[in-house]
Amino acid sequence: MDFIITILEQGLIYGILALGVYITYKILDFPDLTVDGSFPLGGAVTALLITNGVNPYLSLLASFGAGALAGICTGLIHVKGKVRDLLSGIIMMTALWTINLYIAGTSNVPLFSQDSIFKNDWLDGIVPEDLSGYTTLIIILILTVIAKVLLDLYLKTKSGYLLRAVGDNPVLVTSLAKDQGNVKIVGLAIANGLVALAGSAFCQEERVFEISMGTGAIVIGLASVIIGTSLFRKITIMQATTAVLIGSVIYKACVAVAIRNFQPQAMKLITAVLFLVILIISMERRKKVKTDAGTERNL
Amino acid sequence: MLELKGIYKYYNPGTVNEMCLFQNFDLKVEDGEFVSVVGSNGSGKTSMLNIICGSIPVEAGKIYINGTDITKEKEFRRNRRIGRVYQNPAMGTCPSMTILENMSLADNKGKVYGFGRGTSKARISYYRESLSQLGLGLEDKLDIKVGSLSGGQRQAMALLMSTMTPIEFLILDEHTAALDPKTAELIMELTDKIVKEKKLTTIMVTHNLRYATEYGDRLLMMHQGGIVLDMKGEEKQKVSVDEILKLFNEISIECGN
Repeated sequence: MDFIITILEQGLIYGILALGVYITYKILDFPDLTVDGSFPLGGAVTALLITNGVNPYLSLLASFGAGALAGICTGLIHVKGKVRDLLSGIIMMTALWTINLYIAGTSNVPLFSQDSIFKNDWLDGIVPEDLSGYTTLIIILILTVIAKVLLDLYLKTKSGYLLRAVGDNPVLVTSLAKDQGNVKIVGLAIANGLVALAGSAFCQEERVFEISMGTGAIVIGLASVIIGTSLFRKITIMQATTAVLIGSVIYKACVAVAIRNFQPQAMKLITAVLFLVILIISMERRKKVKTDAGTERNL
Repeated sequence: MLELKGIYKYYNPGTVNEMCLFQNFDLKVEDGEFVSVVGSNGSGKTSMLNIICGSIPVEAGKIYINGTDITKEKEFRRNRRIGRVYQNPAMGTCPSMTILENMSLADNKGKVYGFGRGTSKARISYYRESLSQLGLGLEDKLDIKVGSLSGGQRQAMALLMSTMTPIEFLILDEHTAALDPKTAELIMELTDKIVKEKKLTTIMVTHNLRYATEYGDRLLMMHQGGIVLDMKGEEKQKVSVDEILKLFNEISIECGN
């Protein structure tokens, strides 16, 4: 039972990250490696705030803001500096490593004695005794659902329409008298905000901030998005965001099962191999043609 | 009124492949004019449209709209008063969004894309009505993704979307070239209807000499970055496809094509 709860907890936390990756990879068609830096950025901001006695729930918002800023930087590098999308992300990812160290102070910040969104006096007061084993899961679930619903609502606004259009057919956005670049920057901001939010929740759940916690985050995010969107491609009534969340849980389950039979050191190798297998099965590896707006995109 | 004055345009400047397309190119289009532009490949038709819309920069020269210099204005800003339909039907619509979402996007052109509802329920009946005048049955498929429509259907939508909001200029870049003859005919008739209804100043590039003679009130023939024929009024109304074709061939033979 604990095994399943852990998978759900981890899957849903990474699900928030996957929602962010869904925006960049699927909607914007932007391979955004900033994620590897903005995920620990959320953790670093959280570590700094919590150790200074700030309300842990506020640290979630602050992390989102910090992530959004990182996304804006990536966007500015790409749009204003005219640097290729992949390179813009790599530049920000590298820069964020140092920034995260500055924010957190050291490469490892234990948060065992501090309050967190999962454990504080207020929660202890309201959660019934027999549910206490599920507190973490319930809170993660609430957080994930809020993130998902807000994203769904956003994608139905005019601004959200424009965001969907810019990845689909940037020429149309220009035709609508809007600057493509600004729309991309908004998308990157929201995406990295979500990723940092996931980072904040992750480090509160693990009760430690680790500078290397972001390594491979993009792979986990991509794997979740691809599993989700290709598994549920046929079910049109299911929202893509829901599919992505389920994809994330499935991915975490796969990794958890695989890791049981190997040593912990094998973790990243398993992550990589699993991702490769998923790519090959889902046929996602075929090259996307960016310039042809007419290319049918598999969603 | 749209005016191009003393336009110079080079491709690959500073390299061995430097090619001068426009040298001191002038063009004046009066309000409400419907200009058809014909010419061989590489004659500068599409480049001219790109220069007007701001998709490519010019080396020298000025572009004026109603006397205001817009040479430095960015493409997306110019597009507030320009509607453009491309040769590729995919360029004017979003394939992964539904017909309704596409219509809503276009309907908001010139306004703020904020956090309001993407699709206004009150406008749906208007969208239905304007789609129904296409006669393609799209009004009953509002929730279908545009990516699953045919090229002709998409182009009809692109035309509708680009002229939905108040614009002054309509730029048509071989917008019937990728369609089958029957659909092309339909799109051309629809274009004419919209242009007349909304009194749009229109520039249409086409390879179809019949469309060029039949539609519009002015005909331009371009060759190697210059205008070699400019017909208006009665002269334009009387001209036949054969005459244009003859002229076309003469020019082509001259330069050994």
